[in-house]
Amino acid sequence: MIRLEKRPEPSQAWTYVTPLLAVLATMIAGGMLFAILGKDPFVAIRTIFWDPLFNEQFAAFSRPQLLVKAGPLILIAIGLSLGFRAGIWNIGAEGQYIIGALCGAGVALAFYPLEAVFIFPLMILAGALGGWAWAMIPGLLKTQFNTNEILVSLLLVYVAEQLMASMALGLLRNPDGGGFPGSRNLGDYPAASNEELIAGTGMHWGVVAAFIAVIFAYILLNRHRMGYNIRLAGQAPRAARFAGVNATRLVLFCLGLSGALAGLAGLFEVAGPAGQITIDFNVGYGFTAIIVAFLGRLHPVGILFAGLLMALTYIGGELAQFMLGLPAAAIQAFQGMLLFFLLAGDVLTNYRIRIGRAEVA
Amino acid sequence: MTAPLLSIENVTKAYPGVVANSDVSFEITPGEVHALLGENGAGKSTLVKMIYGLVRPDSGAMRLNGGPFAPPTPNAARQAGIAMVFQHFSLFEALDVAENVALGMENPPRPRDLARRIREVSETYGLPLDPARRVGDLSAGERQRVEIIRCLLQDPKLLIMDEPTSVLTPQEVDILFQTLRKLSAEGTAILYISHKLEEIRALCDAATILRRGEVVATCDPREKSARELAELMVGATLAVPNRGGAVPGDVRLEVSGLTVAPANRFGTGLRDVAFEVRRGEVFGVGGVAGNGQEDLLAALSGEITAAPEAIRLDGVAVGHLGPNKRRSLGILAAPEERLGHAAAPDMSLIENALLTGEIREGLGRRGFLNWPAARRFADRIIEGFDVRTPGPAHAARSLSGGNLQKFVIGREILQRPDVLIVNQPTWGVDAAAAAAIRQALLNLAIEGAAIVVISQDLDEILEISDRFAALNEGRLTPPRPTQGLTMEEIGLMMGGAHDMEVAHVAE
Repeated sequence: MIRLEKRPEPSQAWTYVTPLLAVLATMIAGGMLFAILGKDPFVAIRTIFWDPLFNEQFAAFSRPQLLVKAGPLILIAIGLSLGFRAGIWNIGAEGQYIIGALCGAGVALAFYPLEAVFIFPLMILAGALGGWAWAMIPGLLKTQFNTNEILVSLLLVYVAEQLMASMALGLLRNPDGGGFPGSRNLGDYPAASNEELIAGTGMHWGVVAAFIAVIFAYILLNRHRMGYNIRLAGQAPRAARFAGVNATRLVLFCLGLSGALAGLAGLFEVAGPAGQITIDFNVGYGFTAIIVAFLGRLHPVGILFAGLLMALTYIGGELAQFMLGLPAAAIQAFQGMLLFFLLAGDVLTNYRIRIGRAEVA
Repeated sequence: MTAPLLSIENVTKAYPGVVANSDVSFEITPGEVHALLGENGAGKSTLVKMIYGLVRPDSGAMRLNGGPFAPPTPNAARQAGIAMVFQHFSLFEALDVAENVALGMENPPRPRDLARRIREVSETYGLPLDPARRVGDLSAGERQRVEIIRCLLQDPKLLIMDEPTSVLTPQEVDILFQTLRKLSAEGTAILYISHKLEEIRALCDAATILRRGEVVATCDPREKSARELAELMVGATLAVPNRGGAVPGDVRLEVSGLTVAPANRFGTGLRDVAFEVRRGEVFGVGGVAGNGQEDLLAALSGEITAAPEAIRLDGVAVGHLGPNKRRSLGILAAPEERLGHAAAPDMSLIENALLTGEIREGLGRRGFLNWPAARRFADRIIEGFDVRTPGPAHAARSLSGGNLQKFVIGREILQRPDVLIVNQPTWGVDAAAAAAIRQALLNLAIEGAAIVVISQDLDEILEISDRFAALNEGRLTPPRPTQGLTMEEIGLMMGGAHDMEVAHVAE
């Protein structure tokens, strides 16, 4: 009989090994899934993980996409991970991402067609503030009325989507767009455009912000009392109260920061890769970032790698869809497996497997 | 000499990394009250779990009435006439006494008959208990009676009692002992597990003393002094705490009209608590568990805030300040619950040193943490308080309870508090470490601190405190000097005279 025995301390080695094991297990189980669907599993896995980066035919297009897609994922996931560590569950980053984009684009369009250096910094500020304000709604409701931030933040995603649709059709609609829904394209407005910084790399200001966020979060968690309080509140709430951690301030800080980062991600997206506010502007970065945060062990450096890996499966998944005709659902299942195996592997960090006769104790 | 009821022969049981019982042998005769004495982790629990069918020995044998005895399940043990009252009760608060008793029986009789039998047994053995009362309304002592009666209804030949007095007032202990003596007179053997030496000397006919899983002595406890028993149990000579004889000085901590709402539905809160503690004084707060001890600690540490004037430090109102402001003024605290309250289980000892030490030890600057300094502080605690650990980078939960307790107490004492509040400072700590902790508290008092010791261990309070008061349902009795207090007076202060008027064993 197999049973689990709690380790006296979490195993350091397994913390690092389980993500690799999870990727491996996902490849095996995913390969089986693709085989059942009648595709060659080896070709499918190669198409997802290898071709986007190294296939001569596609790499020129898909390699820059890696950073374009990983940037917002990392930026959002870093913010979420701080809250998750403290036991504060912001599930509504998608909504904060939308509001950040709306606010940033709103500032840009208000100044159109003025060319001035202050416009882009002002947009960044507006994007962060928008996301922050949207996250403050569940934050204040939680601290004042003890509502559940999971529900409130999630439901506000749908409010944000409706708001965005109304903006795309109304206030922010391109007056020269011939009645089509959607705002002006910020790519055609140099003062507001978030352009690729180094041609052919996909590197834009949002990616820079993501890297800065990784460094910032690392320092916060490891060198600052606030990061210490975040970890303490998540692990031992009573000990946190004993240590004098102000729970209200912590909730507002974590929700506010994750909202601001999600808002920034939205702003950089609308000013760069997306270019304009449309009805279907958001593509789920805010939700995928939750997976990225956990895949990265809620650790800043882990999230950096997890964001890149997740972006890779997105790009590779799309490639597999049109090269091999794999259904989109199979790709989603594949990504789900990754999270599943990772969380399952987590057990090994805290428990060791013993094989032997069970004993009632 | 009569034939033994139960004999344990060379029983050994090992767990990964630790031998819980090594070659243990002893015998219990019918009607004998046999003590199993040992420190935490000496192997008492493992041994009785084997007798009760919860654990199987690796080697060795047990005999019951001469025949081989190896119960595979607790059920089999019960059918063989073994009953056990656990330290932690397994009762449903929402059900009444009779229903709870019925739940623990193999073939419960009809409710009406059961209620009658409960009344009979409770009268016969002097355990007053109304079968129709809801368990949620009962005191800890009364709950224990439910467990005992549940056992007695099975007419056991051997009754195992695991640390039965830890939740009782002195009066309730007296009632329990009368019951146990009557049972013993009727021929029921009792295996009594405890580390409280005076109780064992008062009650038991024989004692088997365990240390690190081995039997180190078998003796008649009535012929030994408590000190001799303790030294057998610990395996070393124990230092008598040195009171130092400091004369209390000015009032440092003044509490008046402290009222706190209960933290949750089952909490008690505090009602109009008032006391003062002087420089160099140790103030002991007794009481049965769950009468507001945790609330008192939280209110004094600042986890719960109150009116400013309710708490004064050296005359300054501090009742409205949070934990860190109070720390910087010199009020430190060590809560009862080590893992999760006093320390974060998964954090290293370095991080746990920082938990309360940042301000007074200067372990941070403008929010940025100084890890080398925190590590040095953790090293000082480990060295100064003999914390057994491979190193400060290990997680708090990897330490044994006693070692972690030494770390927690040491962390606060090394910060040189003006006022220190501790709840259950030696709970679950071995005797040598407990003596060291008590001595450290006394030394701190000699240096001029005011100390509040909240404890359910009356011997401890009597040993180290200068004045004593008891908490009862959130109220604090007027303090009295400890010297000259009798156990009976203390019991009355604890308000523990539950059902005293009917507590007469039927002769």
